[in-house]
Amino acid sequence: MKKSPPDLLEPVAGNGLLHRRLFLTQGAAVLGSGLALMTARNASAAPLEVPATMKTPGAPASGYGERSRFESKVQRLPNGAAPTPGTGGSRTPLEHLEGIITPNSLHFERHHNGIPDIDPEQHRVLIHGLVERPLVFTIDALSRYPLVSRIQFLECSGNSGGLNAPEAAQQAAGALHGLVSCANWTGVPLAILLQEAGVRPEGKWLLAEGADAAGMSRSVPLAKAYDDAILALYQNGERLRPSNGYPVRLFLPGYEGNMNVKWLRRIKVTAEPTMTKDETSKYTDLLPNGRAEMFTFPMGVKSVITSPSGTQKMQGPGLYQISGIAWSGAGRIRRVEVSADRGKTWAAAALDEPVLSKALVRFRLPWRWDGSPSVLMSRATDETGAVQPTRAKLMADRGPSYRYHYNAIQSWNVTAAGEIGNVYV
Amino acid sequence: MSMSKRVVAAALLASGLATAAFAQQGPHLGVPVSEADIAAWDISIGPSGAGLPQGSGTASAGASVYATKCIACHGEKGAGKPSDQLVGGRGTLKDPAPVRTVGSYWPYATTLFDYIRRAMPWPQPQSLTPDEIYAVTAYILFLNGVIGENDVMNAATLPKVVMPNRDNFDVAYHEPRRR
Repeated sequence: MKKSPPDLLEPVAGNGLLHRRLFLTQGAAVLGSGLALMTARNASAAPLEVPATMKTPGAPASGYGERSRFESKVQRLPNGAAPTPGTGGSRTPLEHLEGIITPNSLHFERHHNGIPDIDPEQHRVLIHGLVERPLVFTIDALSRYPLVSRIQFLECSGNSGGLNAPEAAQQAAGALHGLVSCANWTGVPLAILLQEAGVRPEGKWLLAEGADAAGMSRSVPLAKAYDDAILALYQNGERLRPSNGYPVRLFLPGYEGNMNVKWLRRIKVTAEPTMTKDETSKYTDLLPNGRAEMFTFPMGVKSVITSPSGTQKMQGPGLYQISGIAWSGAGRIRRVEVSADRGKTWAAAALDEPVLSKALVRFRLPWRWDGSPSVLMSRATDETGAVQPTRAKLMADRGPSYRYHYNAIQSWNVTAAGEIGNVYV
Repeated sequence: MSMSKRVVAAALLASGLATAAFAQQGPHLGVPVSEADIAAWDISIGPSGAGLPQGSGTASAGASVYATKCIACHGEKGAGKPSDQLVGGRGTLKDPAPVRTVGSYWPYATTLFDYIRRAMPWPQPQSLTPDEIYAVTAYILFLNGVIGENDVMNAATLPKVVMPNRDNFDVAYHEPRRR
């Protein structure tokens, strides 16, 4: 049923959350008639001068673009310290980004012994093990295969793991949750290559191995390889960045980042998992009963409000758009709800199109902040019906040392002064 | 199901298979390679131990390898700092701050060999000889009380080592049912 315009101005949940359609086309007229919503700005603007940029020619075109120098403050947050500086990574500054695509220069990184400098002419990908025909591929050869292109997220299994700390760290959204990014990945379906090599009936798993100094290696079920795995060559239209696996990486949509082996050099088809270091001693989930889960591959349903978010500051009472990202390794996001009253009441957010499987989705909801202390939260539900848990429930279920696959609801505390901080509720 | 429905179903199935086969048709640009020419790359070792190289080592030999190649990052006798603690932690896995080491947590001894060979020591991965890898593996297992000081680790004995925490893992992944 179509809502009449005045309804859109009524709060749909506690503490000033407004209807998700307020900012859409039909809402424009409503906004015009509802200017009382907006922050009153009575002071008039200064006289408008003709800018200097209109009085002198601008810079010429260039071979490879750079962003505006005024945006240079937008940086990833690197870590990795002596004596092993190449073991670490950097986080995407989520609070500075909009939409769903992560620029290649800001895609998160996680390395285990540095970024190798690989000449694509010299690089080889080997498929062997339980196959009829062991095969070696060059990058040129792989580039001639039928390619597929999809927009999908990639998230490190350890993303947000620091939220298991007893005290809430006062950091920005990207520092807390920035081991997730989303790109348009293009590559060769692994199924085609496996078919050409001829997998023997006893082959059930594969070992994927990188050409880095860690020899990063993970076991992957063959079912996933046949389903939607690709050997990715392109990231947002250009060849992969070295920090994301140049010249070729395994890409396993929805699966924990570590399995998406970068600088891929070898796929060995096996009957059983190889039980590598990174699927036994790391990336396993130790539970309070002393038992550990292994092969917890898909990343869980999750969301985070990126604006307004931690370390940012409100600019006085008035109308704001709450904006954030949601994703699930199980498929599409069905719904994102937002609360402005510490989780007492919730309102459905608008989801920007396209809403893609295993991709970031952007959600938005108008909020009229009256200047009172508030707690903002977002809660995502995916197409399987899985709902993002509260932090209290996740910690109770999975224990205080749980750090991989942390996907609890993020809460942002807004003080009367407009300071925004990370808070546990 | 009637005969006609069955025929239709079979036809649909056949066309579906044909589509799948078409979708998977590649240009066959991989170059065949012999097992002998793969050997230098085929370094992964699973729990069966298949592919373990010849050679052997004991904890006492491993102690000297450790002292020159490992101690700077992993500390005296695997105590850790600045990098991972390798020894101790048994009985802590139910604690609020569990200590996960080779002895307390790792389910397979073959993983230790595999990882040391491919990635350690951190500044010079793939630089240790098989004897050195067996020896330093034996040393870490000995420090954790998993094997004796004079037990020889080699391609036959290493896969037989039963790690203390081996039976405390549950596999969360389940093969999808075929449609």
